[in-house]
Order: sequence, then C-alpha cells, then structure tokens
Amino acid sequence: MFKLLSLSAQENLPPLSQTVDVVLIFAAKRPAIRQAINLSAKPESFAMSATQDAQAQIPVTVLTGYLGAGKTTLLNRILTENHGQRYAVIVNEFGEVGIDNDLLVESDEEIFEMNNGCICCTVRGDLIRTVQNLMKRKNAFDAIIVETTGVADPAPVAQTFFMDDDVRASARLDAVVAVVDSRHVLQRLEDTEEAEDQVAFADVILINKTDLVSPEELSEVEARIRSINPYAVLHHSERCGIEIAKVLDRGAFDLDRILSLDPHFLEHGHHAHECAPDCDHDHDQDHHHDHGHHHHEENPHSVKSISLTAGDLNPEMFFQWINQVTQVQGPNILRLKGILAFKDDPQRYVIQGVHMIVEGDHQRDWKAEEPRQSRLVFIGRDLNWDVLKQSFQACAA
Amino acid sequence: MPTVAPLDVDGFVVRAGFLKSSAYFASGEGDILLSGNGETRIRVHKLGLLAAEPLVDGSGLITSGDDGCIYRCADDGSSELVAERPRKWIDLIAAGPSGAVAFASGRVAWVHLEDGREKEFQHDRAVGGLAFAPKGTRLAVSRYDGASLWWAGTDGAPVEFTWKGAHLGISFSPDGKYLVTAMQENALHGWRLADRQDMRMSGYPAKVKSFSWSFKGRYLATSGANAAILWPYHGKTGPMGQSPLQLGTRSDVLVSSVACHPKEDVVAVGYQDGTILMCRFEDNAEVLLRRPGKGPVSTMDWDREGVRLAFGTEAGEAGIVSLQD
Repeated sequence: MFKLLSLSAQENLPPLSQTVDVVLIFAAKRPAIRQAINLSAKPESFAMSATQDAQAQIPVTVLTGYLGAGKTTLLNRILTENHGQRYAVIVNEFGEVGIDNDLLVESDEEIFEMNNGCICCTVRGDLIRTVQNLMKRKNAFDAIIVETTGVADPAPVAQTFFMDDDVRASARLDAVVAVVDSRHVLQRLEDTEEAEDQVAFADVILINKTDLVSPEELSEVEARIRSINPYAVLHHSERCGIEIAKVLDRGAFDLDRILSLDPHFLEHGHHAHECAPDCDHDHDQDHHHDHGHHHHEENPHSVKSISLTAGDLNPEMFFQWINQVTQVQGPNILRLKGILAFKDDPQRYVIQGVHMIVEGDHQRDWKAEEPRQSRLVFIGRDLNWDVLKQSFQACAA
Repeated sequence: MPTVAPLDVDGFVVRAGFLKSSAYFASGEGDILLSGNGETRIRVHKLGLLAAEPLVDGSGLITSGDDGCIYRCADDGSSELVAERPRKWIDLIAAGPSGAVAFASGRVAWVHLEDGREKEFQHDRAVGGLAFAPKGTRLAVSRYDGASLWWAGTDGAPVEFTWKGAHLGISFSPDGKYLVTAMQENALHGWRLADRQDMRMSGYPAKVKSFSWSFKGRYLATSGANAAILWPYHGKTGPMGQSPLQLGTRSDVLVSSVACHPKEDVVAVGYQDGTILMCRFEDNAEVLLRRPGKGPVSTMDWDREGVRLAFGTEAGEAGIVSLQD
C-alpha cells in the first residue's frame, strides 16, 4: 500500500556546493542498510515463489582466476565443445577468445557504488546493462558466462545478481568458478588479496596445469586452497581439460551437496596434507578451529571459514541475528551460505550472502529420513569466530 | 469502447509507437513491424536490435543493435546505414533536431549530424542515457556521478552536473528548463538548469525505467511504483514543495511503462502483468485498455491525435488500442 507520508522538502541531504538540495519523497523510505538485505521474518510467505522464479531465471556462471591461470582456455573449451547449450559470454577483452560467437560481448568493468550508506555494496554497472540487453534476445541463448579480469574483486560481480532487481528477475548466479594455476597459486596467494578473494568466493575451483607440478606440490596447493575455502568443490585439470558439466549449470543443489559434506572428514583430509610432522595443532579441537597456525598463513588477516551447526532455529531470533551480523561484520564476510531448519516449518530454508547482502528462500520439504539440522558457513577475514558461534547457538528454538 | 487489435511480433518489444503513416513495433530479435496500410516486416540488423527511437518529424525510425550498426528506417520500409562501430553493442540512441542522431556504447557518446559529420564525446565513466534538448543541438548525457551537457555541433567543454551515483535514463522537460535522470537507485534526480538546483525524487520501490512528459509539460509521469507517479512541473518552482499525483494505483502490481496523452491530461499506464489502464489526472478516473497478458508492458506510445495507442510487452505481445471505433 502506498501512502503519502512526506511530500516535500524533508530529509534534506547536505547541499552540494552552493546549491540547495530539494528532496521529494512520495513514500516512506526504508532504512538504507536494510535495502541491501532481503530477508523476511516470516519465511512462510516465500514458500511458493522459489521454484517458479528459478525456472524463468537464466543461469549465470562467473569465471574468475588470476592472469595466466587458464580462464580463456576454459572459456574456449566451453564454447567449442558440443554440449547443445548456447552461451552468451561477457568478457573484458575480445582478444584472446578465438571463438566466433554472436553473443560474445565485450564489457568495460564499471563498478557502481550504491547510495545506500553501505560501503561494500558495489555492483557491476556494465553487467546490469549487458544482462538487460541480453534479455531483449531471450530466445537466443540458454545461459550466461561472465569472465572477470585477473585482478578483479569477485564481490561486485556476485553482488550484482543479488542487488539489482532487474538482473535478479531474469538471471541467477549459478556458480562462481575459479581457475588457479597450480605452479603459481601459492605465490599469488602470498602476494595478493585478490587471489585469496577469488578462492574464497568460489563454489568450484579448477586446479589447472597439474602436469607442471609434482604430486607433493599439488597436495600442498590443495591444502592451501582448502584452508581458505573448505566448501568449494575442487577439480584437477591439465590445460583446463574437464568435463564441462562439472563446471557449468551446477544449480542450487550444489549448495546442498557442499553443506552436506561431513566437515570432520574434510578437515582430516586437509590436515593430513597441511600439517608438518612438528605441527603443534590440537587435532582434537572443534572442526572449525583456527587455521592460522599453518606456515602459509602467518598473516592474521588471511581468509578463514567457519561452519556453524544447530538443530531447529527460532526464525525471528535468527533473522534478527543475521541482519545484525551482516550489518556489523559485512565488509569482512566474503561469503556465507546455509541450509536452515526453522521451528514448525516443514521446508528447508536456503540462505546465501556476499558481504552485507543476504538472500534466503524456501527450497523444499525436509525428507523423512533427513535429520533436521541447520548449518551455516561463513568465509571471511578478521571475523570474531567465537562470538559468531555462541550467538548463533542462541538462535536455537 | 476501446478496442485492441493484436499484432504478431517475434520477441521482446523494445519500442512501439507511430510514424507519419504507420505504427511501428521493434523487437529485440531484430524484426521491425510497420503496420499502416497493410503490414511490412523489415530486418536491418544482422543480430538483435537493442534500441529504437522515432525521428522527431515522424518520417522514420532510428535503430541500433548488437552488430554495432545504427540504421535509419523510413516509413515505407526502406533503410540506410547511419553509422557503425564494429563489435560494440549500441544500446543507447536519441534522435535530435535536423536529422542529428546520438548513440553511445560504454563510456563514449557520438553525434552523427545530418551533413555526415560525427562528433565524439568521451566520459570518464559509463554513459547511462542520451537526450537532445527541445531546442538547439544540445545533447545531455547521463553518466556515473552526474550528467554532461554538450553542444553537439561544436567543440568545447561540456557543462557538468554532479550528483553521486549512476544516472541512467535522461530527459529534458519540454520547456527545456529541467533535466531529469533516473538512477540506479530507486530514485529520480533533477537539475533546474537556470540555477543548477538539485532535486531528488525518491520513494520508489523499483527502478524508474519509463518516463513521459504530459501535455504542455505540466507533469512528468514515471514508472517504478504500484501507481503511475506524476511529478508536477508547472509553476515557477517545478515540483518543489508539491506532492505528486498517483494514478492507477494497484495493490501488488508495479507500473512498468507510462505514456502521456498528447492532447489531454491523461496517461496510459502499463503494468507488469500486461494490463494497460488510461487514467485522468483531474479525478483519477480509469479506463481499462488491455487485460493482463503474458509479460510486463515494455513500451507504449500514442499517435499524434491521441486516438490510438501502440504497445508491446517483454513476452512478445503487441497491438494497437483504438479509442474510437
């Protein structure tokens, strides 16, 4: 319902230079920061929309990776392989993509800051424009691939698919795929925050050029990547030779699969590689213990992850909590994802987020044999892990 | 009783309206349907069509596409290439006085003048929209952090208007006194050109993607809410200190397109569910012009007499509503 709450020069912004700022508002404005957050305290109301929207939305795969990792090789492979799918591809430079594709678009990266008081709410303006233009030819393609520059921060790309209503209505982020060069990735991770961010953001990581490293080096690479992002699906490849289905159209159940991995099993796997014989790790510690002891991670600001588990949650407590956590710690949260069980709710609630943006929806009914467990994963920098864990527990129903 | 004559188009209707002797419907898949004395279908772009704008005198249509070409298509179905920027997607165009055509891609805008000269206008950040001033060959370019006002025929620095954020669609008021932009945020921004006073018009639940000036420029009608929002621009200070009209309010459907009548204080309001209403400013009286369809109304325009309305939707539906039998 629309109501005229304030009609004239209220809510004056500070004037720009000598001009007088006239602000005209015809309806109540929501508090700025909440606009970035798309959660309902009454999740029931969304129950119907989830599956319908997913049908109409075009899946989008974002390809990240440092310069020379093999993104273009992967892209060329996707475009030449006969898989019956038609892709619209958004690249930063035509140059290296040797494929003649009608729907290959060159797009200059344009980062838009949002005027909503949220410092990490940035989107890719060029992407919004390109997706909108593509939607005028909806019948010409089945999916979209976005290739980012080697040094790009993946956050604005991912956020575009959450923050822009038009893009959200027509496209959904299917997966962020990071290609890493197994020879150079360890050095890159030491040198640059971007490389670390790319690994942290990924749903799927392709460890490429495995033929150029020894098995020992490879397991070190894998351990390092796991220490940043234990929840991504890892694949090995030489010259990006990978079954395309493992990279594209991963769908929402990827989240499901990632989160259902037994974290203890996972931790064992990577500690075996990670810890030197003289390691003083307390291996009995909880599974989300601090990974910072590892010799590659002396930097206290490096990316870490935490997995929180609980039974049924109280939805009101939880939404209040997640809003608060993301507002206060948003800049440090690279990604969060989870599957939640709300008290008296027969459906699984799926949630994911980037920085301050969180999006949630009902997915499907809990199966009879499925334990009703809530699991929430955070990947980020400088997060107060203990407080997160305790406050999450307080949301239990 | 208004009657609807449906027409067959092959995709997302990017732009629909009237030329001198026919109605036009430009589809994103590339076809342009001209419907006057019989139907003519033309296809000028190799691939998709991204934008279309009628020429000021109604003698034809300017179109641009993802083949990097800009064409001028005449009423009779003939067409000629105006300009080309290979490999660029040209998604913004504007038709100006005496045959001038403006177009943009990325951060650059160009003006193609009648005599074949071309001017290039560089910007630091992305161009969001183009509009010619109602008088003189002046081009307004909305961009990130404001708008630039260029003299299209001469070299010289632009007049810059600054306001933080991404400015997309842009329009001059018909009297040339105001410049209004739609922003990436759900708001409009405006400048009074005489003294550069800023105006911020906010409160929309969605982005404003369609705007239309009413008869004599008295109101600016906008989409982006569950009613058509009309900001008053008559009087000495424009919309300042005044409240907007809200016409055709619906409980849960957003307005996706608006088109003001050329002779009366009436606006055609198109909704996301495909419905089209006609609303009178004075008393908010409503007339149903089209029942809900398959997709959001993407474009509408009146003929010069104001007796027929051409419309198109995102789902490839199109037609002409006639107010007279």
